[in-house]
Amino acid sequence: MDIKVRVWRQAGPAADGKMVTYDVKDISADASFLEMLDVLNEQLILDGDDPIAFDHDCREGICGMCSMVIDGTPHGPERATTTCQLHMRHFNDGDVIDVEPWRAAAFPVVKDLVVDRTAFDRIIQAGGYISAPTGTAPDAHAMPIPKKDADAAFEAATCIGCGACVAACPNGSAMLFTAAKVAHLGLMPQGQPERDTRVLDMLQAQDDAGFGGCTNMGECTTVCPKGIPLTLIGRLNSDYRKAVTRKS
Amino acid sequence: MQRKKPSSIGLKILMAVTGILLVLFLYAHMIGNLKIFFGETPFDHYAHWLRTIGNPVLPNQWYLWIQRGGLTIAVIGHIVAATILYGRARKARPVKYAHRPKVQGSYAARTMRWGGVIVVLFVIYHILDLSTLTLNPNAQSGKPYANIVADFAPSRWYVTLFYTLAIVAIGFHLRHGLFSAVRTLGQQTARGERLARTTALVLSLVLVVGYLSVPFAVLTGLVG
Repeated sequence: MDIKVRVWRQAGPAADGKMVTYDVKDISADASFLEMLDVLNEQLILDGDDPIAFDHDCREGICGMCSMVIDGTPHGPERATTTCQLHMRHFNDGDVIDVEPWRAAAFPVVKDLVVDRTAFDRIIQAGGYISAPTGTAPDAHAMPIPKKDADAAFEAATCIGCGACVAACPNGSAMLFTAAKVAHLGLMPQGQPERDTRVLDMLQAQDDAGFGGCTNMGECTTVCPKGIPLTLIGRLNSDYRKAVTRKS
Repeated sequence: MQRKKPSSIGLKILMAVTGILLVLFLYAHMIGNLKIFFGETPFDHYAHWLRTIGNPVLPNQWYLWIQRGGLTIAVIGHIVAATILYGRARKARPVKYAHRPKVQGSYAARTMRWGGVIVVLFVIYHILDLSTLTLNPNAQSGKPYANIVADFAPSRWYVTLFYTLAIVAIGFHLRHGLFSAVRTLGQQTARGERLARTTALVLSLVLVVGYLSVPFAVLTGLVG
């Protein structure tokens, strides 16, 4: 199939960027979106142009690196799918596809489609951990955990930290990410000792990074490749309120 | 806490609490309005009674002014928090998308901010119309029934139209606002979300119908 892609090109963090149109000819419908960009980049290199910089790593939908907004939707039109798992068969011959980086003040563009997502790392560093003695792994059944809690914690823990929630949110909010991280530890007995400080510190880090606030639109959960539910934000709000009450 | 600036969830909790207080007032106000269907004397009597609530502990009108003070504080708190959050949201995305499909959230969710501005403008007009009577065509103090009948007379259809638009705007604002308030205060189950969304819709609809029944009753001659 023959398509056109309009890609955001930006030489560096301080440079001005713009959308540039490229023709991609004879691309296989079975190629992934990233493979299509690889083919385009080979062509750009042969033409002596600068290839398009984009993030990617595992290419099997579990690392959260491939971050791009395709036709206005983070990770493209397929639900619960990362860009690397999106295939060209979901597009039509002759389509013009717009590709942009995540747009958020907290995620500055490094080059082209690559953004700096260390703001998420700062939120994790603020409280996305438990303090536990090191040594041999404890017995798997040493601490009984209700199946319901284990499942809910696992669902929250599937967040791969890709940042699509921020990219989609009309407020540029990271609330779904923070909510998932707070919930997956807060649902476990091991996460209880630091439950209050975790939510307070992670929210502080999130606000300091320059993310917006949640207005319950639900864009985040719609584009989330892991389907993190919006209800977790209610849990984050509740944990925050209780932590503030207990602290004062 | 040693926060330099108020936390985003703290601001949202302030909006939720002040919003719920304002909705409680809106319901009390609406129920009072419906008294108009009992006739002129009961309605004027009710309006007069509002000035005597708290007697004899409180002198005349004191309760009314305490409530007005409380409502003003709630409105200001709601608007200030909304403005701070709006400013942060704008700053959070300095470069817009070139290609952006319409936000999938409901119409009510997408129009919260501008809807809120419309509601504020309406409240100012409404106070000038039926509290201070500055803009009322009848403007007889102590005669609210006659003032309302004159206000929504068929020849002043544009006033009724403006009231209708404003009340519908409040309905949309509350449909998303009530659900959001419950979520902000900690609602976190899928079943609870369905219940919260339905309740918000029903409470908003009842409010819209209740408020609009008065001007339309005057317009159609049912009251007058």
